[in-house]
Amino acid sequence: MFEIRIHSRGGQGGVTAARLLAMAALHDGKYATACPFYGAERRGAPVVSFVRIDDHPIKVYSQIRQPDLVVVLDASVMDVVDVLNGLKKGGRVLINSAHKQEFAGFATSHVDLTGIALRENLVVAGSPILNTPVLGALAKMGICSAESVKKAIREMFSDEKNVQAAEAAYKEMSL
Amino acid sequence: MKKIATGNKAVAEAVKQAKPSVVAAYPITPQTEIVETIADYVTSGQLESRYIPVESEHSAMAACIGASITGVRTFTATSSHGLLYMHEMTNWAAGARLPVVMANVNRSIGPGWNIWAEHTDALQERDTGWLQVYVATVQEAYDATLMAFRIAEHNDVLLPVMVNLDGFSLSHIMQPLDTVEPGDFIPPIHLPHAIDPKNPTSYGGLTGPNDHFRFRWDIERSMRDSVKVIEATQKEFAKRFGRSYGFTEDYRCEDADVILVSMGTFGKEAEVAIDILRKEGIKAGSMRLRWFRPFPKLELAGKEVVVIDRDYSFGSGGILAKEITAQTKREVYSVIAGIGGQEVTYDDLADFVRKRRIGTEFWFGVTGNV
Amino acid sequence: MIDPRSLFAITCKSFQELNTIAEIPKEEYIKKCTSACAGCSSSLNLRYVTKAAGPDTVLVVPACCTSVIQGIYPNTAMNISVYNIAFGAAAACASGMSNAFRQAGKKTNVIVYAGDGGTLDIGIQAMSGAFERGTDFLYICYDNEAYGNTGMQRSGGTPLGARTTTTPTGKTDAKKDIDAIIAAHNPPYMATACSAYPQDVFKKVQKALTFRGPTFIHILAPCPPGWRYPTEKTIEMGKLAVKSGIWVLYEREYGKLTVGAPSKAAMKKPIPLEDYLAPQGRFKGIDAKTVEILKQQIQKNFARLAAEEAAS
Repeated sequence: MFEIRIHSRGGQGGVTAARLLAMAALHDGKYATACPFYGAERRGAPVVSFVRIDDHPIKVYSQIRQPDLVVVLDASVMDVVDVLNGLKKGGRVLINSAHKQEFAGFATSHVDLTGIALRENLVVAGSPILNTPVLGALAKMGICSAESVKKAIREMFSDEKNVQAAEAAYKEMSL
Repeated sequence: MKKIATGNKAVAEAVKQAKPSVVAAYPITPQTEIVETIADYVTSGQLESRYIPVESEHSAMAACIGASITGVRTFTATSSHGLLYMHEMTNWAAGARLPVVMANVNRSIGPGWNIWAEHTDALQERDTGWLQVYVATVQEAYDATLMAFRIAEHNDVLLPVMVNLDGFSLSHIMQPLDTVEPGDFIPPIHLPHAIDPKNPTSYGGLTGPNDHFRFRWDIERSMRDSVKVIEATQKEFAKRFGRSYGFTEDYRCEDADVILVSMGTFGKEAEVAIDILRKEGIKAGSMRLRWFRPFPKLELAGKEVVVIDRDYSFGSGGILAKEITAQTKREVYSVIAGIGGQEVTYDDLADFVRKRRIGTEFWFGVTGNV
Repeated sequence: MIDPRSLFAITCKSFQELNTIAEIPKEEYIKKCTSACAGCSSSLNLRYVTKAAGPDTVLVVPACCTSVIQGIYPNTAMNISVYNIAFGAAAACASGMSNAFRQAGKKTNVIVYAGDGGTLDIGIQAMSGAFERGTDFLYICYDNEAYGNTGMQRSGGTPLGARTTTTPTGKTDAKKDIDAIIAAHNPPYMATACSAYPQDVFKKVQKALTFRGPTFIHILAPCPPGWRYPTEKTIEMGKLAVKSGIWVLYEREYGKLTVGAPSKAAMKKPIPLEDYLAPQGRFKGIDAKTVEILKQQIQKNFARLAAEEAAS
């Protein structure tokens, strides 16, 4: 079972990203469970959501304590949250950042999702939308296939800009 | 069709396909998504129904009662304090023999305010005459809701059915959902005692000591008859749609020396714990109780029993543990865990089995507990 | 300005104005075998309510005297559909029932017949909700000004100074103005009535049922054992209530108020309030100050209604 923890701020689309990833995994022929943080959400507050992907039906409901991958949609949450908490030895980190980041012992990747969203004009209520571009980056990391990502995004959003943003992230992602 | 849905959406989807004429509901966390989704179905014309945005849960059930007695299909959903607030009317719905279907998103009871999973809300309704089923996956939430209409409206039953799903840990998680075309799986409702102004009848008036008990017995008789209807419905569902359900879901129980009994999502996570225990050489099995009312005959002879209660009856004990003890006349190891959303992992569940002390009660996380 | 009629269209049901009581239909929906107290005016009301509504009707009855007067299972005195429901749930139950009937394309009348307890007190939340939601039903409150079914305890409808078993020296609070509360919901039609004027009751019920949407009739229902007067004076007591002005007959249609003729006369020249209070045991020993307050309330109410009628 592959376990992913997504860090973001309320309203940035962490839950939608988890949902899209679960949909993409489903299209890959796998089983998936996506869970939002169990609680009252406030816009702007740091939040987490979880995704589990497996070849078999998923029976685990308790929260992910030792993720295989940590996704940070908003690097500023790292000031207040220990995003590496419980990350498995040799685990991976994906950060939304224009600059390379290093964490000792963890394979870290980065991609400028915010820049992509702004470039693709994916902005709602003044905020760049990160949940669709991040799927492109996850596909590049091999978490799910690029085709399934596009399919999942198209099921949820009619605006093709979302698919373009995911494609851009796939291309620009540095592993 | 396969999609990704939350437990709440799965319930709403099943309701849409069951096509109730009237839905009356009041929002409450974590049930809200169910009523929002149904309201949207009605507003957008996907469901031809009346959605009554009542001002309380007491009125939600009263409105379902008023609608149901005209002979139409009805649905509501609630949780926790909402369920307790409608308690008077849940009794009425069952006593009036109305096949209302309700989703209850299991949540703890205040004070203090806690919105997370616990089963005490629904278990406080155990004596009302409602059938109760507890589900553990998004798919099962959908399947059980579809089946609930067929079971409730069966003329050998005519009792309301409550579909219970764990707050947040099932209501809000997203899992694959395979929807079906129910077709005539849910036949048109026929309520034999529906109101007919051409044949005026008084319902629920004064009933004296020489008669009242007959009506109460009749509820119990139907509750007993419901066992066969549930079995037949689940069999028919498996035949048509390929997914099998029983009164319990048993995992590696046949050769087990110790059985871990639980309800809701814990019952799925327990299977992971069983695999861990088996690797350690402990012959354990998991029994997830699906139907709490009618309470099924459990196959536990010759086995040690560990019961997880996500609920409590103060001054008595874990409600599920007490039911099992009463039925099997055997002592169990009663574990109280997961109250108010308390985090319980498969490691914890395995540990409960490892450290079992039959005949005692253990409150998980409470220090100095004996 | 939006015409309120556009919100609550009048249904095609028509009704005929009555000229004499002889024109009231002969059909009886309340049989003579009720278990009502002797001199019960609420069962008399119900007789005219059901005559006005006709057989395609369901009465929704919460816990109240009417739960009892139907008789004991398996017998019933009611030759009309009756759905009994819990005390605080009548309007909500009727709301579900009305929606189910309308969804099925049926025009069956749904009439709540509730006491003052089930309306002013325990049932007020469900009632307010049902009115706010525009439920297509008629809500009738028959008001005997106390919890009669349990042996006359005070209710929100008990008038100032009246003795009940829980106000043994007389109620120290005023009667709750439920009509003002209902009026705040802007129903298309609301009215007051009194059992002593059966033609008026009949006419108002018929009229209320022509509206689509929530309608309300508040009927004063004198109660011999509760008010402690001889059973044969039940009609007289209702007339005294109207003539003294402590009870005013009116109807409000789309906000337009019309005071009934008997009350118009009372407004011009009311009989002394004492004539109404004195025959009733519940007002025995009422002090002069309390009577004075009641009189002032009557005058205030007259003035308020006269002003509203003149303005509308």
